[in-house]
Amino acid sequence: MSKKSKGEALSNPQMQTHIPTGIEVPGVLGPEMVNDENIGEPGQYPYTRGIHKDGYRGRLWTIRQYSGFSTAEETNERYRFLLEKGSTGLSVALDLPTQCGYDPDDVMATGEVGKVGVSISNLAEAEILFNDIDLSEISTSFTINGTAAIIYAMYLAVADKKGISREVLTGTIQNDILKEYVARGTWIFPVKPSMRLVADSIMYANNETPRFNPISIAGAHVRDAGATAEEEMGYTLANGLAYVDELIKRGADPNKFARRLSFFFYVHMDLFEEVSKFRAGRRIWAKLLKERYGVTDPKALMFRFGVVCGGSSLTAAQPYNNISRVAIENMAAVLGGAQSIFTCAYDEAFQIPTEFSAEIALRTQQIVAYESGVAKTVDPLGGSYYVEWLTDQMADGIMDVIKDIENYGGVEKAIEDGYTQSRIAEQARARKLRKDRGEDVVVGENYFRKDKDNNEYGEEFTLDANASEKIKEKLQFTRENRDEEQVQKLLDKLEEVAGKDDENIMPYLVDCCHAYVTVGEMVARLKRQWGEFREPVGF
Amino acid sequence: MSLKSKRILIGKPGLDGHDVGAKIIALSLRDAGAEVIYTGLRKTPEFIARAAVDEDVDAVGLSILSGSHKELVKATREHLDKFGAEDIRIFVGGTIPEHDFAELKKHGVAAIFTSEMSIADVLDKISEILT
Repeated sequence: MSKKSKGEALSNPQMQTHIPTGIEVPGVLGPEMVNDENIGEPGQYPYTRGIHKDGYRGRLWTIRQYSGFSTAEETNERYRFLLEKGSTGLSVALDLPTQCGYDPDDVMATGEVGKVGVSISNLAEAEILFNDIDLSEISTSFTINGTAAIIYAMYLAVADKKGISREVLTGTIQNDILKEYVARGTWIFPVKPSMRLVADSIMYANNETPRFNPISIAGAHVRDAGATAEEEMGYTLANGLAYVDELIKRGADPNKFARRLSFFFYVHMDLFEEVSKFRAGRRIWAKLLKERYGVTDPKALMFRFGVVCGGSSLTAAQPYNNISRVAIENMAAVLGGAQSIFTCAYDEAFQIPTEFSAEIALRTQQIVAYESGVAKTVDPLGGSYYVEWLTDQMADGIMDVIKDIENYGGVEKAIEDGYTQSRIAEQARARKLRKDRGEDVVVGENYFRKDKDNNEYGEEFTLDANASEKIKEKLQFTRENRDEEQVQKLLDKLEEVAGKDDENIMPYLVDCCHAYVTVGEMVARLKRQWGEFREPVGF
Repeated sequence: MSLKSKRILIGKPGLDGHDVGAKIIALSLRDAGAEVIYTGLRKTPEFIARAAVDEDVDAVGLSILSGSHKELVKATREHLDKFGAEDIRIFVGGTIPEHDFAELKKHGVAAIFTSEMSIADVLDKISEILT
């Protein structure tokens, strides 16, 4: 490693012998390093080699590109573009006001309406979003947490209005509030009422929409915020167990509800670390559910997950290099056995993707799926000395993370005290310093820079500058044309039910959505009952 | 140049929840000897400006990754000026495209940082604008 002067690239990168999570890798591995008993068979407990016995031969993963910006009209247009090009599912990016429970005309929403996602404040907008899209055919995933129960209710209302039976609806709401407190930050209410909202929506969904995933327990954002691969999986499984406990406490049967729990992760650049992380996670989850909760239904023991390739592993420096990165990450996701995959566009590190960059990201998945051959046989890396050894190593590390949180006093206490947040912030700084010092190589950023135009990225994406005004005008129109008396009656009822912990709140949210009550109006009433989360800001 | 005895407020204006950068810079400034106040997430520009005045800071660092930097920076500067704190410097970090740099500087931003910059370079620059 060499010293650099300010603004210049480093030279002579050194090859590392450990993976990013810290495990030192032997130069040569052999059969004596592998415990054959841990490998098992695909489609059989504990599912290290995958949840399906025929891998992707039975069914390819879902190609689902995260997308959403500006008005519902513009996003609907982008969705129809992606579906026409071969996407097999939708993934809705919502703007921050929608995610945090503020209407577009709220002062807290100033400057944020339609920026990082589409603005959906009420049913009228949701109807536009899914215009000409067949919800009985297309599965829809929503990255939504603080207001997940409301957006789920709104999706049901759209389906009801389109005359589509709830039973055939497929898709996912992220609905993982625990990780929002640790990373990502779209929490609204304190932990306890938030856990009730999660439990209510899962229990309601199990009955109303049996093919819909009412939660996607996500490690992705924790990873991007600084956690290692082991911590990403460990914190996520710990959160998963916390939801299981909450649901059991409310009388739900884990043999039933666990069939619809799903997970979500980032894939970063070390291919074998990622593959081993997924294999280890699958094994641990099945074992924990069986050994701790006595779950016996095979479908309830299966760890199903979606992934996103990209995130903080992508760079604003020489952004076209991100296409190569995403392709490798896409391979890692497939070799790890993912059920659904989103590949970031090369410019996604710094702007909303253009149609041009979004299409390359989609094509990458199609190349991996149909040209690379990795999907031909189930778990093609199974039995590899390195992968089986690393899977065992990662499994130990992941269990250590889970035990650490349990020893601290559980997930809720670790969040409320800011324990997990502090650990992740320190990790993030350590990661950044390793990059600054040149120990971690990032091609085009700290090494191998170009003398000029190092950040050249081609087409710039521009948002409609008037989108915010248009959205506010539409909201005004909706407010003026709905039955206001009915709205107030439903909001009063919602607030009343929010005060009764043993009553499921979901039907009341669905009623509100049907009557064009806005997200902000519902959240404001819930806040009156539940208050707001107080973020621990010490570090 | 030194950051010792400097008082710096790190703020997260707007609804953006990405706080890694804010926390890394806050931790690094603290370890470099500065007194750091971190507001936490989801604060209005008015709240941040008021806190900066109440805490009598030398500079306000705003972390924004939601693309709303132009609106939020301008509003923070206006509130600081309204409270008579024209002397408090503003620096900004996050996902800030280069073509917005000029406009941010016009709103009185003393320095702009992106994730590519090393922590050492960021601290040097903050120290420089406070000299």
